[in-house]
Amino acid sequence: MENVLLEVQGLETQFITPEGTVHAINGVSFSVANGETIGLVGESGCGKSVTMLSVLGLVPTPPGKIVAGTALFHGQDLLKMSEVQLQKIRGAQISIVFQDPMTSFNPVLTIGRQISETIQVHLGLNPDQARKRAAELLELVGIPRPAERLNDYPHQFSGGMRQRAMIAMALSCKPQILIADEPTTALDVTIQAQIVELVKNLRDEFGMTIIWITHDLGIIANLARRVIVMYGGYFVEEAPVKELFRNPQHPYTLGLLGSLPRLDQDQREPLVSIDGLPPVLHEKPGYCPFAARCSYVAEKCLQANPILEEIAPNHWVACWVKPKTRSVQP
Amino acid sequence: MTTPAKPLLQVENLVKHFQVADTGPFFRRKTNVVRAVDGISFNLYKGETLGLVGESGCGKSTAGRTILQLYRPTSGSVIFDGIDVVKLAPAELRKIRRRMQIIFQDPYASLNLRMTVGEIVSDPLLVYKDAKTREAIKERVATLLGLVKLNPAFINRYPHEFSGGQRQRIGIARALALQPELIVCDEPISALDVSIQAQIVNLLVELQKQFNLTYLFISHDLSMVRHICDRVAVMYLGVIVEIANKNDFYHHPLHPYTRALLSAVTIPDPFVEEQRKRTILKGEIPSPINPPSGCRFRTRCPIAQPQCAESQPELRELRPDHFVACFLATAQDAPAQV
Repeated sequence: MENVLLEVQGLETQFITPEGTVHAINGVSFSVANGETIGLVGESGCGKSVTMLSVLGLVPTPPGKIVAGTALFHGQDLLKMSEVQLQKIRGAQISIVFQDPMTSFNPVLTIGRQISETIQVHLGLNPDQARKRAAELLELVGIPRPAERLNDYPHQFSGGMRQRAMIAMALSCKPQILIADEPTTALDVTIQAQIVELVKNLRDEFGMTIIWITHDLGIIANLARRVIVMYGGYFVEEAPVKELFRNPQHPYTLGLLGSLPRLDQDQREPLVSIDGLPPVLHEKPGYCPFAARCSYVAEKCLQANPILEEIAPNHWVACWVKPKTRSVQP
Repeated sequence: MTTPAKPLLQVENLVKHFQVADTGPFFRRKTNVVRAVDGISFNLYKGETLGLVGESGCGKSTAGRTILQLYRPTSGSVIFDGIDVVKLAPAELRKIRRRMQIIFQDPYASLNLRMTVGEIVSDPLLVYKDAKTREAIKERVATLLGLVKLNPAFINRYPHEFSGGQRQRIGIARALALQPELIVCDEPISALDVSIQAQIVNLLVELQKQFNLTYLFISHDLSMVRHICDRVAVMYLGVIVEIANKNDFYHHPLHPYTRALLSAVTIPDPFVEEQRKRTILKGEIPSPINPPSGCRFRTRCPIAQPQCAESQPELRELRPDHFVACFLATAQDAPAQV
């Protein structure tokens, strides 16, 4: 791939808890090209957030522990960097927007102070310049009367406005990569539409690379160019967005797509449901993590863990059973 | 659709206001009124599912709870099977309550964590003295757990031992214990993972068929509502702005708010998403303490006119069984680009 910005190899993260070791991510590899929008999809606990937090050195240690892997950003391994080195990259070259905009701001500092602090630290502007820049950023993300709102505290903003302010802060140093960790999950649909539209406009304007973490395949269909599906700490499928939705191959992806009702279709009854529960990651099974819930399970699935294989150009699937003809729509 | 003559539930001009204290500089001097539900009316027929949709703070959950008399309404009536439950004395209300149950949104907060599954599900039976002997109770609980596809061997376990989807099944078993006719489902799936949502929705549909249940399905998920409901009502700031049969609703949405809401929902299909044009609403839902004059949606409405500020539009029947509260909507309006 040309223009690779970030290259992650064999990343493995564990959490040591009193109940035992949780194998949150078990050796995932991916690369992010300049200007791409990647959707990282999966259900709660599949490891999608931990993957990106690990790359940024934001996994609390202990209990977390990065056991193996490299994450090359401009040729430097993020996983080997000191906290001081990482602080120069986080917020400046790679920014992250979290799910809950209430808990990601400091409640006792004004919005303006928090945004301009980032600018002062990374760009070395003086407080007045930083404040001016912060007001411009709030305006960019569509907050009315930005200069006045800088003096507000986070609780004076609504959920949608806090998320806009969060995005303004993330954009303050023109990062090369913006990681969005379920940024619209806590918001209403009309506000979600506003935020998604905002991010798309900013992407097109600044040529930003985006990694959007979500469980919502609708947003992925709208926004992403390439999709990675995670399950039980593994990547199970990866493909360009249209290929993934037209030709899903992994039984888990098929199940996910089948379980979604669609706004533009009359009911298919009943919804395809995936029986059983997501795995508890207390042990690395040594076989396919989805085997227990898979309706296509074969003997081999319980003996060895499939690795990602390229079954079509840029379409990778980790599954022993691959009937080419499977598709979601009847 | 053939409409049965008598609805199971008639909600007429239901109002629920909450008094909230507004802290002044020294004392709490004045009280504000949150107009959570501000005059809603609809009928619910036996065996059908009505979807009550809207954004957070629109009053949909308050409406559900007020119908069940978990909140006593400020005014209006709720006629269940011919009886106005608002006027009932507590003892009378108690008798009729067993016929109306609720499933809550949060499966973590709605189960008592100190009670076993058996105790949770048998509690309604004990309260209403429905099963006399210990054996009868145990048997009934086992049947209920079977109905929601939980292993009856789990009867002595505690809620924390279960996943979100399983807890929601326990909540459903509890709601079914007294063989109710009406169940208010208050966002029963929104706290669950996608693959688990489908399991719970399929279960609700099966149970409805088996027991001829009537559902008031409160949700913000318009795709799921299309899947599960027969009719849909949209709320905005305490009032119903549109109510229609499902097909008419999704093929010919008439209220500008409904259209914007539908257009904001993403469809899990990149080919479809590519073609869609979104109506992005400006701003956010105003405070129910001080709603806009006239039409409550006018401050965000893309087609608002001066007249919209003057008086509040009433629901008008613009198409058969399709009611819209908008001065400007007409039956000829082009279908939305869903």
